[in-house]
Amino acid sequence: MEQALQQHNTDDKTTFGFWVYLMTDLVMFAALFATFAVLRGNTFGGPGGRELFNLRFALLETFVLLVSSFTCGLASIAVQRGSKNQTIFWFVFTLTLGLTFLALELTEFSHLIADGNSWTRNAFLSSFFALVGTHGLHIAVGLLWMVVAMFQIWFKGLTSFIVSKLTRLILFWHFLDLVWIFIFTIVYLYAYV
Amino acid sequence: MFLTYRKRWRWLWREWLTSTDPKKIGVMYIIVASLMLVRGAIDAGMIWLQQALASGAATGYLTAAHFQQIFTAHGSIMIFFVTMGFLFGLMNLILPLQIGARDVAFPLLNSLGFWLYVAGAALINLFFVVGGEFAAAGWLALPPLSELAFSPGVGVDYWIWSLQISGLGSLLGGINFIVTILKMRAPGMSLMKMPLFVWTSLCSMFLVVSAFPILAITLVLLFLDRFLGMHFFTSSFGGNPMMYVNLIWSWGHPEVYILMLPAFGIYSEIVATFSQKKLFGYKSLIGGTIGITLLSMLVWLHHFFTMGAGADVNAFFGIMTMFIAVPTGVLVFNWLATMFRGRIIFSSPMYWFLGFISTFTLGGVAGVLMGIPGVDFQVHNSLFLVAHFHTMVIGGALFGIFAGITYWFPKVMGFKLNEKWGKRAFWFWIIGFFVSFVPLYILGFMGATRRLDHYAASTGWQPLFITAAIGFIIIALGAAIQIFQIIVSVKQRKPARHASQLAGIAGGQNMDDPWNGRTLEWATSSPPPVYNFAIIPEVRDRDAFWAMKKESKVISHPANVKYQDIHMPKNTAIGIYISGFAFLLAFAFVWHILWLGLVGLIGAIVCVIIRSFDENTEYVIPAAEIARIEASFPVSFRASPDGIGTSRGIP
Repeated sequence: MEQALQQHNTDDKTTFGFWVYLMTDLVMFAALFATFAVLRGNTFGGPGGRELFNLRFALLETFVLLVSSFTCGLASIAVQRGSKNQTIFWFVFTLTLGLTFLALELTEFSHLIADGNSWTRNAFLSSFFALVGTHGLHIAVGLLWMVVAMFQIWFKGLTSFIVSKLTRLILFWHFLDLVWIFIFTIVYLYAYV
Repeated sequence: MFLTYRKRWRWLWREWLTSTDPKKIGVMYIIVASLMLVRGAIDAGMIWLQQALASGAATGYLTAAHFQQIFTAHGSIMIFFVTMGFLFGLMNLILPLQIGARDVAFPLLNSLGFWLYVAGAALINLFFVVGGEFAAAGWLALPPLSELAFSPGVGVDYWIWSLQISGLGSLLGGINFIVTILKMRAPGMSLMKMPLFVWTSLCSMFLVVSAFPILAITLVLLFLDRFLGMHFFTSSFGGNPMMYVNLIWSWGHPEVYILMLPAFGIYSEIVATFSQKKLFGYKSLIGGTIGITLLSMLVWLHHFFTMGAGADVNAFFGIMTMFIAVPTGVLVFNWLATMFRGRIIFSSPMYWFLGFISTFTLGGVAGVLMGIPGVDFQVHNSLFLVAHFHTMVIGGALFGIFAGITYWFPKVMGFKLNEKWGKRAFWFWIIGFFVSFVPLYILGFMGATRRLDHYAASTGWQPLFITAAIGFIIIALGAAIQIFQIIVSVKQRKPARHASQLAGIAGGQNMDDPWNGRTLEWATSSPPPVYNFAIIPEVRDRDAFWAMKKESKVISHPANVKYQDIHMPKNTAIGIYISGFAFLLAFAFVWHILWLGLVGLIGAIVCVIIRSFDENTEYVIPAAEIARIEASFPVSFRASPDGIGTSRGIP
């Protein structure tokens, strides 16, 4: 009983600590958004967002990531049910969608660079690549985390130790989704306003 | 001989370097910060000497390029590696004790944070060993000067990465202490019963988690400019250098209060203890602290009123700047009111406190003066400004650190620092301080700008610069006396300890509670056992230990108490390994070595993954062992849970 209580206590602390971490990450993105907002007009004679961004493509990326957030939610339901196989199944789904998103983003980047619109061209593109790239880096970290987590589920099962880790992974993934919503709005949609 | 040497190394590794005990981490922080203080102080001496010499035909002993590196090093090291290091050290030592906890929330993160700080400190001094040069772009590396076009060497890259790594350590520390304070307080300690040091540290850590991410991003962007040819802050291709200035100061101004707030907490503890009264206006002190915390995020622009943002913007930030004097004034008056009609004991921590009150008021008035945009245009980047912020950081934060170290030294080491030499050191410091900085205020008004490596003889500034350099010598003597003080105290410790044990209970002069303290850190032995409290105390009052002593709820001998098993975190070297790999990664970034960067990156990731599989991070101290440890301490006072084994309190 006391052991369980202690375990619960530790979980509580760790989850709260993870929330605080997420807030620090949010401040980091806020600084990047501010930089983008200030520099988005500084194209130094080059093309602006409206000429460069393909809104449909960005919408596709958004859908892929949103659906991955949904499957991640299904995974968390499976965790609550205590079903190991279902959990892994939905995480594989999420992982695939995450990889697809990353591939789409890299495709977009490579097109931009191939057309001579790399980050060295002007301040606007620098801030675009830094903001969207930082998000992509977070996605990559999340995917790596997911792979490790699936190994842990596979070998150790859904013990309370693993479940507490999964809670934070799921939080992280939803958080990245949220940040992407802002990126889609401020970077892509706003370019067409 | 060699073997004993080796055994000591192993002992050092097992007992200290890999420790997750916040008390040991705290001691290590303070040792590293002290070394860095010496390093930064030597830089300061070199700056003053150059300025005292280099007038007219004489060019001094330093080249302009060298001089620029020295003032850059001085600023960066004093802020990031001295003041931050000392404060995290003191918080590690005292915070868990003050809230009646056995540990911090995340022991591994705590160890990792410390080692990242060490890695950063190593990196910023690495150019001594492997070459390259130090950054010469000032302590904030403002662009476009810090861009590749104007600083092509590796100096700025060293600067970026040492700050990045140690900043990451601070961020982890911030998260750790917020969770510790909010989740691990002893039963009964509501937020409004927390000691002031805990409150101010909490506010300071909130500022850390809201400001340090901005620093991290700013440094990354500057690095991307230099490394990948991006154009955030370049003077061409649409880059905007003022963006950097805004970003860095929206970290930088909160940073000032990150340094100041814990010092305010230390003063609050000291003034209450040595006035033998409870703090005057506890709630308004906390209100003031929170007010400072919030306002500190709304004033960053006052560092560059001259940017030309327009009258409206400058007026807003000017008013906010002057506003911040209100909660700060509340604090000062509360401390004075605490002393009023108290039976003040003039011990050396109290000396530092009184020194702080005088310097801080002077610096504060100078600050409000500069908060007026019109005045700021006159004194911007002058020595007046330099004098102002040194008054705040030395008179405020550093004196607070000295006060805190003197005050809590017996808690950590089991014996007091020599009072006589402590007071002598104080007099040298405070006199030296005024001798060296009052001339700078005057010089600022006479038009001397900061970072001058040479000036014309016709300015007539040289006598003042020489006076300032003499002040530095006086301060240096004070610092030497402090080192001597520690040596004397260590030599005298045996008899002192013995006598205190004899005096023991009767006078309340035992080392467990040498100052007749009020808060929980004094409710355990000195030095505390690894688990801090054998029995977690129950808190009823604001000055928890004081109330226990008054109500005789302290036990003089822990014989009749039932102990329970205690879970404590195991030591781990993961923090050292991760920091080591981070160091390699940073080094690779500075020198553009791809393979080394990959080693660092993959190594760090693998460490994290390996750790994530480890479930057994704790060990158990059995109750019998605790009883044995507790019985081995000399007779002294302990906080007891209500009803168990009360005996006699302090009269």
